[in-house]
Amino acid sequence: MTSTPSTQGLRSWLLSEEPSSRRQARYASWYKGWLTFRSNTLAMFGLAVLAFLIFAAIFAPILASHDPFAQDLGQRLLAPGDNGHLLGTDSLGRDLYSRLLFGARISIYIVLLVVMVAPLVGLIVGTVSGYAGGWVDVLLMRVTDIFLAFPRLILALAFVAALGAGIENAVLAISLTAWPPYARIARAETLTIRNSDYIHAIRLQGAGPLRIVTRHIWPLCISSLVIRVTLDMAGIILTAAGLGFLGLGAQPPSPEWGAMISEGRKYILDYWWVATIPGIAIFAISLAFNLLGDGLRDVLDPKEGDA
Amino acid sequence: MTAIDIRNLDVWFGVGAERAMAVKDVSFQVADGESFGLVGESGSGKSTILRAIAGLVPTWSGEMKVAGEALGARRSKAFYRKVQMVFQDPYASLHPRQTVDRVLSEAMGLHGVQDIDKRIGQLLDDVGLGAGFRFRYPHQLSGGQRQRVAIARSLACDPSILLLDEPTSALDVSVQAEILNLLTDLREEHKLTYVMVSHDLGVVGHLCERIGVMKEGRFVEVLAVDDMRRRKAKDPYTRHLLDSSINSVR
Repeated sequence: MTSTPSTQGLRSWLLSEEPSSRRQARYASWYKGWLTFRSNTLAMFGLAVLAFLIFAAIFAPILASHDPFAQDLGQRLLAPGDNGHLLGTDSLGRDLYSRLLFGARISIYIVLLVVMVAPLVGLIVGTVSGYAGGWVDVLLMRVTDIFLAFPRLILALAFVAALGAGIENAVLAISLTAWPPYARIARAETLTIRNSDYIHAIRLQGAGPLRIVTRHIWPLCISSLVIRVTLDMAGIILTAAGLGFLGLGAQPPSPEWGAMISEGRKYILDYWWVATIPGIAIFAISLAFNLLGDGLRDVLDPKEGDA
Repeated sequence: MTAIDIRNLDVWFGVGAERAMAVKDVSFQVADGESFGLVGESGSGKSTILRAIAGLVPTWSGEMKVAGEALGARRSKAFYRKVQMVFQDPYASLHPRQTVDRVLSEAMGLHGVQDIDKRIGQLLDDVGLGAGFRFRYPHQLSGGQRQRVAIARSLACDPSILLLDEPTSALDVSVQAEILNLLTDLREEHKLTYVMVSHDLGVVGHLCERIGVMKEGRFVEVLAVDDMRRRKAKDPYTRHLLDSSINSVR
């Protein structure tokens, strides 16, 4: 109760119509962004699911009931709840609940790495190509076309085969195949922005192309890229799973969710939970990212967020 | 001294068979501290002249001299300190994700201005906006307020020449008058040279001393505003333009 006046003061400081310093203005815009985000129930739900998954991944060793790698053929394919196995066991008698927790680490790791690499490459290629125009544009877009012309999984396969199997190489391969759509989006956005008066105005202030692209064009491209990234998230996890299934991604004992599904595939009719449980986990994380992306768009676009 | 000296300026768009001449053989001079107006119908090439001076249209030939500096294909940093432009549409000329503070401080930072914090307050006062507008985004401002911000931005580096591309045509009438008065005051205060494009003869008459009348990319006539008021135009096209503007409802 004693803290009420000070939180009231902080709130009004943050929501002040006329901030008096740059710092206050920045905090205020973050706070208003948070308020916009918070008012979006679905996005908050996505954030909660994601926070829960990250929490589970961090504290997996504490939360797990069994060793995720310990095999016990006597206990194989137990139904959820049997013999203290909360979500049952797989074909080698490993506890699914524990594997799911440890798998969250791998899946989130893959997703985060891809998300850090692919959109960034796409953003750089797309905006440079769109802003520079001329032969730079032609060259970069033809390279993009070549990447787009191959099916993603096949191209990733080729990369992994060349680089060697393993989770990092799988991430690299997925990133290398995922950037072209982002480059296309970023280029299209850049083409509409580059001839606008506010870009002319900053050029007339003597700004160079590097500053214009990174500080004036990027901020406007990012919101549409974020949407696209969150929509692709499920695809990224599934591609990683596909590579794992072919023996080119996460290697067998490691509890990657996609690999777990492909293991359970053989028993799907009689022992449905072996494939279903990691499937639900992938569904949850994809949905969470989608909802989160929706909310982020509202926050990143102050124009629409306020209207 | 002449602030702007343009000789035999041609500007075109497109290449080969699609090449369209937007400005044909235009010459004019603007003295230091003078205010020169360019009028004509839409598509007559008046904005294109401004854009060519500012360096936004690379396809031109002829001679352009601004404040003693001959202009080539690229503009120097010193050029941008001397010459700034205000655009027609205040809704399109401010970056939608940048606050007023960011817009002004970036402009000053690029020109190496010291004391940015103090100068921003001063600039906002100069254009009749209080310090309360400093951290607003463009979508939180009205059209007139945005145009004031755009004017403040163009004044950030203390230029001596302002290129005004129909600065009031996107605003409604009462706001137009405010912006015109602001421009008049600023010109006196900062000893500015204006080149202003407009299709509104009233606006040009209010702000300029001489006007150049354009038709299809060429200068038809250059006359003093006093002559325009007394309707002493020599060229039939100018007379036609004057008549239609006087007979129109406004």
